[in-house]
Amino acid sequence: MGFFDITSKIIKSIAYPSEMVPSIDDHEDDGEHHFDPVTEHESAKLGMWLFLATELLLFGGLFAAYAIYRAKYPEMFMEGSKSLDVVLGTVNTVILIFSSLTVAVAVKAIQENKIKLVKLMLWITIICAAIFAVNKYFEYTYKFSKGIFPGTDIFYSIYFASTAVHMLHVFIGMAVLGVILRKVYKGKYSKDNFTAIEIGGLYWHLVDLIWIYLFPLLYLVG
Amino acid sequence: MDNHGSYKSLINIWILLMFLTVITVWVAQFDFGALNVPIALIIASIKGGVVALHFMHLKHEDGLTWVFASYPLFLLFLLIAFTATDMFSRVLN
Amino acid sequence: MSEVQEKNYLDNGEGFASWFFTVDHKRIGVMYLWAIGVFFIIAAIASFLVRFEHLTPGQTIVSADTYNVLFTLHGSMMVFLFIVPGVAASFGNFLIPLMIGAKDVIFPKLNLYSFWLYLFGAAVFMIALAAPADTGWTFYTPYSIETGANVILITFGIFILGFSSILTGINFIVTMHKLRAPGMTWDRLPLFCWAAYATSLLQVLATPVVGITLLLLIGERYFGLGFFDPARGGDPVMFQHFFWFYSHPAVYIMILPAMGIISEIMPVFSRKPIFGYKAIAYASLAIALISFLVWGHHMFVSGQSKLVNIIFSVITYAVAVPTAIKVFNWLWTMYKGSIELSTAMLYSLGFIFLFTIGGLTGLFLGALAADVHLHDTYFVVAHMHYVMIGGTVFGFFAALHFWYPKMWGRMFDEFKAKIAFVLIFIGFNVVFFPQFILGTLGMPRRYFNYAPEFQSLHVLSTYGTWIIGVGFILMLWTLMRPLPGKAPGNPYKSVSLEWSMESPPGTFNFDEIPTITEPVYNYGTKVEEES
Repeated sequence: MGFFDITSKIIKSIAYPSEMVPSIDDHEDDGEHHFDPVTEHESAKLGMWLFLATELLLFGGLFAAYAIYRAKYPEMFMEGSKSLDVVLGTVNTVILIFSSLTVAVAVKAIQENKIKLVKLMLWITIICAAIFAVNKYFEYTYKFSKGIFPGTDIFYSIYFASTAVHMLHVFIGMAVLGVILRKVYKGKYSKDNFTAIEIGGLYWHLVDLIWIYLFPLLYLVG
Repeated sequence: MDNHGSYKSLINIWILLMFLTVITVWVAQFDFGALNVPIALIIASIKGGVVALHFMHLKHEDGLTWVFASYPLFLLFLLIAFTATDMFSRVLN
Repeated sequence: MSEVQEKNYLDNGEGFASWFFTVDHKRIGVMYLWAIGVFFIIAAIASFLVRFEHLTPGQTIVSADTYNVLFTLHGSMMVFLFIVPGVAASFGNFLIPLMIGAKDVIFPKLNLYSFWLYLFGAAVFMIALAAPADTGWTFYTPYSIETGANVILITFGIFILGFSSILTGINFIVTMHKLRAPGMTWDRLPLFCWAAYATSLLQVLATPVVGITLLLLIGERYFGLGFFDPARGGDPVMFQHFFWFYSHPAVYIMILPAMGIISEIMPVFSRKPIFGYKAIAYASLAIALISFLVWGHHMFVSGQSKLVNIIFSVITYAVAVPTAIKVFNWLWTMYKGSIELSTAMLYSLGFIFLFTIGGLTGLFLGALAADVHLHDTYFVVAHMHYVMIGGTVFGFFAALHFWYPKMWGRMFDEFKAKIAFVLIFIGFNVVFFPQFILGTLGMPRRYFNYAPEFQSLHVLSTYGTWIIGVGFILMLWTLMRPLPGKAPGNPYKSVSLEWSMESPPGTFNFDEIPTITEPVYNYGTKVEEES
């Protein structure tokens, strides 16, 4: 086989690794769909909830640090919180909650084969995420311009660490929803096959959930 | 998977969340002293609960999912409780 | 029962790509086995160098700085590249679908990605060796913030490895909920699966906390965050809280699969059902739950408050109870049984003996007054190695020998394997029993230098490493050179599901998913089957 054949074989196998395993009985299993659709669907949801549990515990460390240091240094937290832009924070909260709505609508829409609605909702969700990111960019650069950095004091350490880790998850969510959107365009999903959209939506809701807690704890102290 | 609720009910949930967000900001201007944090957490938890139950369909999921969704909260509580107890019960000699 | 298939999982597909891109859980398990084996050997060599250095006080073969690097490398590689992922990912992957009557795990592609993440994390870890960490595997602040070593790289590698663990844990949990064969109720689930389930719970719930801890460590080093910096109001002990919140459950991640292995082997070579099946199953869950409540016992002398010290000490005694229940049940399984001292059984018996010593010495450490003297001494080193080697590694070796025919379709030379066992058993005790004494005499751990009165015990301990080293080599040699001929499907006459097919299994395990109608360990209560 030529170089390109091998390369494309390897690239394809990353996308569909099961094709590399020749099946023993030709039409029994293609290696991908071992299990009946209901089991697969329920399992995917269960698996995603478990993964969300791990995300919760990841942020949990940050919340723990917040709880302890806020109790230790209440004035520092009040000062720091006052310096944050409540308006921008509220706008971001509104945007994120709205994006939760749009992704929930998308999950409902695919179950009614309303593909156009799905596409629209996913686009809006991703755009909302992008606006959130842009807002945070402005917030960060404003702070840096005032000489406030992550190491300035413990409140800002928590602020930057929490919002940065959250931002990372916003980006991951955008990527996941982007991949799903692309597959919607390719016609991969329907009311009989929409698991990915549902579990992608679950992930996005978690991103929103974390922010629902971060917002008052960081921006509205005192 | 059954199709629970309608588009309208999703929008209603969203309106509720917007309302709660307004409350969140409004309540923050008052100083309840030591109750500040619990109040903020309660309101956030109501919002979070609404998102989890309705947007994430937790309301219609089976018991196993509930266990996996809620047990981490307990662990989180443990982490904070024990660490905080340590931090605040140290006696400097 | 056993169908003749044209190809088994080893033959089905040749070449690097068919392995590296496989979604067959058995192949993935085998690849994990080879990978963890390689890292085990590297980390073991590091430990032999550490012990060699201790032949004399002061410098023997390496400088003090190199010594610090060596024990950090040994510890972190053993913990994060061998023992935490190790038994669960290798034997868990291979056995769980076979034991529950499924064709594969529920998320086969995710399984493959978990393996790739393991390799990626391991690669980052190895790259970090260019400026290797010298902090000890626990990376305590403030030294881990200040040292010039590649702490960021190595902790990032461990962070990636954590992802691999989490995804594997999710895979196992959902698999066991959703893919058990018809009739396999939870009380017919093999105990290895119960152990793997408990392990997976810990992987899923505890690992994220070390994830954020390491991220915060990286944040402090790179972005100057102030969480652990006293000058800015931070607290270095908080690092320890977060770190041990994971690392204590992690030690149960290390031991639970090995205990599961013992629970599988004991009935087979006693020809008796396991004693107290439900107790062992629930004890595994109890260990998983209680393990989250005791992390502070690693921090008794860190400056932690007296109140919390007492709380953690009391709960630590509670966590010993489910483990003790298991030990009693294994012993009672042997009572009036028909014992066959195969190599696997020898390692299992060794496990029970050595792990019990390790566990009991943990109780000494759990007592506050004693721990003040024993903390950070060789007593702790001996305790942890009795549970990790005497426990997990012996369990791992037992599994290597027990499922050898199933995995490779060959038999090995039992006689040589037993000699290797004897050397390993004796060698292990010669290495580590003197260390209990060293610890009580006051020899601190992680010290390059030592007072001359400790030398004879150090020398004895080092001799032990040579004995165990020969034993390892002999064991490897024996396992790499199987006896000629194909192994029978069920040479040890186990009634467990994974033995009900030919050795090695075909790619898709079962031609037809069986229906389970009997309890899982009914030896001696039904006619012994011929394979």
